[in-house]
Amino acid sequence: MDRNSIIEIRSLCKSFGQFKAVYNLDLTVNKGDIYGFLGPNGAGKSTTIRMLMSLITPTSGSISVFGKPLTTHRNHILAGIGAIVEKPDFYLYLTAEENLRILGKLNSIDLSSKQIHRSLDQVGLLDRANSKVKTFSYGMKQRLGIAQALLHDPELIVLDEPTNGLDPVGVKEIRELILKLRTEQQKTIFLSSHILPEVELIANRMVIINKGTAVIEGSVSELLNSGMLTVNFSIDDAEKAKTVLKESQFASSVLGFSADSNVHIKLSKERIAECTSFLVDHGIGIDGISSTRSLEEYFLSITRS
Amino acid sequence: MFFTVLSIELSKIFSKGRSYIGFGAITILVPIVQAAMYSEGEAYFSLFTQGLQQQFSFTGTFLNGYLIAFVVLQSLLVHVPLLVTLVAGDMLAGEATGGTYRLLFTRPVSRHTVVLAKYSAALLYTIGLIAWMSLLSMGMSLLIFGSGELFIVSSSITVLQKDDILWRFGYAYLFGILSMSTVASIAFMFSALVENSIGPIAMTMAIIIVFTIISALDAGFIKDVKYLLFTNHLISWRLFFEETVPVDRILLSTWVLGGHSIASLFVSLFVITKKDILS
Repeated sequence: MDRNSIIEIRSLCKSFGQFKAVYNLDLTVNKGDIYGFLGPNGAGKSTTIRMLMSLITPTSGSISVFGKPLTTHRNHILAGIGAIVEKPDFYLYLTAEENLRILGKLNSIDLSSKQIHRSLDQVGLLDRANSKVKTFSYGMKQRLGIAQALLHDPELIVLDEPTNGLDPVGVKEIRELILKLRTEQQKTIFLSSHILPEVELIANRMVIINKGTAVIEGSVSELLNSGMLTVNFSIDDAEKAKTVLKESQFASSVLGFSADSNVHIKLSKERIAECTSFLVDHGIGIDGISSTRSLEEYFLSITRS
Repeated sequence: MFFTVLSIELSKIFSKGRSYIGFGAITILVPIVQAAMYSEGEAYFSLFTQGLQQQFSFTGTFLNGYLIAFVVLQSLLVHVPLLVTLVAGDMLAGEATGGTYRLLFTRPVSRHTVVLAKYSAALLYTIGLIAWMSLLSMGMSLLIFGSGELFIVSSSITVLQKDDILWRFGYAYLFGILSMSTVASIAFMFSALVENSIGPIAMTMAIIIVFTIISALDAGFIKDVKYLLFTNHLISWRLFFEETVPVDRILLSTWVLGGHSIASLFVSLFVITKKDILS
C-alpha cells in the first residue's frame, strides 16, 4: 500500500442476489485529495460508501483505510472518518445540540456546549441549536449532517451528495467549506456526487463509476483538459464539408453530421483554430462554433442511459 | 463504551413520548382500581365469597392493601406486555425506520456493544415499569387500605398471614420483571428482524395470543411440549402465593423464561452483526 494513500479499494464487489451493485471496483484516494466519486443514480456510489463505512459487508474484495484493512481495524478506522451517508437522518425527537452531543459521545468525545455551538455555527445552524430536528427542513438537516461529520475533527471526510436539498447559496457555502477543510486543515475528502460540474469545481482527482464499475479515474484537470473536446461547427454546406473533410487530416476525427447542418469533430483545444481555418479555406461558411468536453458528453450519455 | 451507549439509549428512551404511555397507563389504572375497591370493595368481596360464607365464618375484613395489590398485579400483568413491547419493539426497528442506523453503526463502537446496550436499556425500562407498578399498587394500597391477611381463591382457598406476605410480593414482583423481560426480549428480537416499529409490537402480541391458545389445548403432542412455551410461565408469579411455594415449578418457569430471553438476545446479536444496513 502506498504510504500516501488514505483509501485503497481493490476488486470490490457487492451483489444483492443476482444483481451486481458494485463489481470489481478499484480506486485509490491519496492524503489531501478532494476525491470526486461520480456516477449517475444507481451506479453503486452509495453501496460503495456503505461498504467503506462498514454498513454493508462486501461480497469480495478489500478496503483499506489509513493503511489498515477495514475488516480487522473497523473501530480505529471509523474513529478517523466523518461521514454523511445518503440522507441526513437524525433523531427527530432530539434537538440539534442533543443529536450532536450523542454522536460526539459515540466517538468518545464529551463535547462542551461551546464546541457544539461552534460546529453548528460553521454550518449556519447556531440559532437552531435548541430546536428539535423534526422542525428542520431537508437543507437544514443536510447542514447538520455536515456538522456531525466534522464534529470529531476526522482525518477523512466522506460526503455522499452533500449539496442535495440545499439552495444555491447553501451549495456555494458547502463548496467553500469543503475547499477550506482541505486547504486550511489538510483534510482528505471523498465526495460522492452525480453532478459533474460540482465535482469539477472542487475535486482534484475523480473516478466515474457506472453499473458498479470504475470507467475513468484520474486527476480532474487531466480528465477535463486532456484534449477531449467535441466541437460542433454550424456550417452552410454540409455536403461540401463531408467531401472536403473525408480527404483531410481531420477525417478520423469526424464524429458525424446532424440534420441541422452541424458537423461534430473530436479535437484538442489547440486544433480548433486549425480546423476552422481549414473549413473556411475550402469555401465552407461557418455560422457558429460550440464545444462540449468529451468527458461531459460521456458522463451525460451514462446518465441518460 | 458499553455504559456510554447505555446512557445514550436510556436518554433516547426517555426523550420519546411513547415511553411514557406505559407509566401513564399504570398511573391512571392503579388509582382507578383502588378507588373502585375503596367504594365497592366490601360488596364485591361479599359477592365473590357468597358461596363460601355458607360454609365458613368470616370475621374482620380481608379488604386490605395486600389484596388490592394482588388484584392489581393479576389484572395489570395481563396488559403490561403491550406496554413493554411499545418500547422494546422500537429499540432497533426505530433506528431502521428513522434511518439512524447509519449514524449509529458508522461510529467506532461495535455492533455487539450497541445491541447489548440497547437490550440492557429495554430491560431497565421494563424493570422501571414493574417497579412503578409495584410502588403504586403496593405502596399506595397499603397506605389507603392498611395491611392484613391475604385471602386468595384459586383451585383452593389460601389465607396467608399478615407477616408471611411481604416477601411473597417481593419475589412475585421480581418474577414479574423476569416475565416482562422475556416479553421485552422477544419484542427486541423482532425489532432486529424488521424495519418498522409496528411490526415487532404486532408480532409479539400475536405470539402471546397464539401461544396462550396453544397452551390451553390438551391434545396430542402439544400436551408434551407446551411447558416449553413462555406464555405458560408468564403468570408463574402466582406460585409465590401458594401456602407452600413450589420451588421446582418456579425454577422450571425461570429456566423457560430465561432461556427464551437469552435465545432472543443471541438471535438479535446474530441478525444485527450480519445485517447489511440499507435503510
